[in-house]
Amino acid sequence: MFLTKLKRVVVSGYRNFTRSGFTSVASILIMTITLFVITSLIFIQAGLNSSLNNIKDKVDVTVYFLPDADEASIDSVKEALEKLPEVKEVSYTSQEEALVEFKEKHSNDYLTLQALDELDENPLGASLNIKAKDPSQYESISKYFESDSSLSRGALTVIDKIDYHQNKIVIDRLTSIIKGAQRLGFVVSLILILISLLITFNTIRLIIYMSREEINVMKLVGAGGRYIRGPFVVSGVLVGIVASVLTTIIFIPVSIWLGNQMTDFIGINLYTYYKANFFQLFIIMLGSGVAIGAISSVFAIHRYLRK
Amino acid sequence: MIYFNKVTKKYKNNTSLEDISISITRGEFVAIVGHSGAGKTTLTKLILAEEAPTDGSVYFESIDIHKLTPKDLTKLRRKIGVVFQDFRLLPNKTTYENIAFAMEAIGKDDKEIERDVPHVLELVDLTSKASHFPHQLSGGEKQRLAIARAIITQPDIIIADEPTGNLDPINTVEVVNLLKKINDLGTTVILTTHNRAVLDQVKKRVITLENGRVVRDDKDGKYMLS
Repeated sequence: MFLTKLKRVVVSGYRNFTRSGFTSVASILIMTITLFVITSLIFIQAGLNSSLNNIKDKVDVTVYFLPDADEASIDSVKEALEKLPEVKEVSYTSQEEALVEFKEKHSNDYLTLQALDELDENPLGASLNIKAKDPSQYESISKYFESDSSLSRGALTVIDKIDYHQNKIVIDRLTSIIKGAQRLGFVVSLILILISLLITFNTIRLIIYMSREEINVMKLVGAGGRYIRGPFVVSGVLVGIVASVLTTIIFIPVSIWLGNQMTDFIGINLYTYYKANFFQLFIIMLGSGVAIGAISSVFAIHRYLRK
Repeated sequence: MIYFNKVTKKYKNNTSLEDISISITRGEFVAIVGHSGAGKTTLTKLILAEEAPTDGSVYFESIDIHKLTPKDLTKLRRKIGVVFQDFRLLPNKTTYENIAFAMEAIGKDDKEIERDVPHVLELVDLTSKASHFPHQLSGGEKQRLAIARAIITQPDIIIADEPTGNLDPINTVEVVNLLKKINDLGTTVILTTHNRAVLDQVKKRVITLENGRVVRDDKDGKYMLS
């Protein structure tokens, strides 16, 4: 009997859906907009994260050593740094490399190059470039040099300077921008999702409101609450499924276009991102569509079944 | 079987029924007559618990209908077949599905539905319109469909609110004969009408309503409205 009932509910819901014509189209459109907003926000988050990572990558701290520092003590500093939990990466630039870089940088500046040639020795020191896992951690890394005892006295004496203090203002500002952007993105996403959920819910409520007389008749004919509710929930689920398929298709040209236009700006190709996460994104859309459709229907029909 | 105990129904300031006490026994055929606005439809709505009485109570056997839980109310409604004045068919379902729905609602299995629905369709002469939607049917056809839906479940009572209102005289005779036949098989029938010909044909108990009050209750009816 349960299977018969289930079959009847599904068939009846499917018929309601296909026979309602315009109302079904309207609710699919609204649901598609909601899913579009949700998916766009996922895209925006992905874009935001990637551009923030780009910016984060550009922030670093460099430790300059005195020209006469020996490699052993530099190595010991490097090893000590790599052990720090905040440090993501330490790259070593030797004296010779520093000189090559310097010459390249000033290849149009003969005076400087000439002056450099006058010197017998390489005046440039080696350096260690440090990348932290998070921009807010540069401060603690730089403090490590000032106070920490795990570095030997010898190591500290070979350090010429650390450019953290020069970069501090920039780093601080970037850190606060990154944090602000993430927080703002989250709040805006939440509000947009909430608004589109409300609109979808109201649309489905209106459609069920139009069917209130039908619901009443079903009750008078002796149909039970669950048997009346079932087909409406099935229709809601169908709206969700169709809308999620539609949204998935719409996002193909959208992501191609965004991939062509925005890749340089945000740092990832959204089309590649869409292709790579296609299955997960589709499941998210399908899941949200089905859930919104079903839950809205259950809530909307509740008041007509109560009395 | 059905017992109205001093029932009053008011819509805001409008009194629709006042101090009604009627009892209807099992197997009876009762015609309720009165001008439009006399309270006939309200009376049927009270039996279905579609409306609650302002005062007094309505009993089905010994149960106060208006004190039932929604679940028990559903069970009660399954014992009552209704022909509504305005038909109240399900607009998104075909003729066949409208009738089948009433059977599905009370939990009949598919075999019974496939067996009974065509039979009833034939009875009300709608076989050729089985796959039409209500908006594609004429007034008389809708009326017959509403009757078919009411009788398909073989209820204990049939309440027919103006079931002949949209029918021509020949169809009217047929519908009344159908209701009489159902009554002969033991089903209680409550019929509202303002059609004199119907009463002359029925020759059963007639309750006359006027301005929400029972003014006459005759064992074998004549049309006595002034």
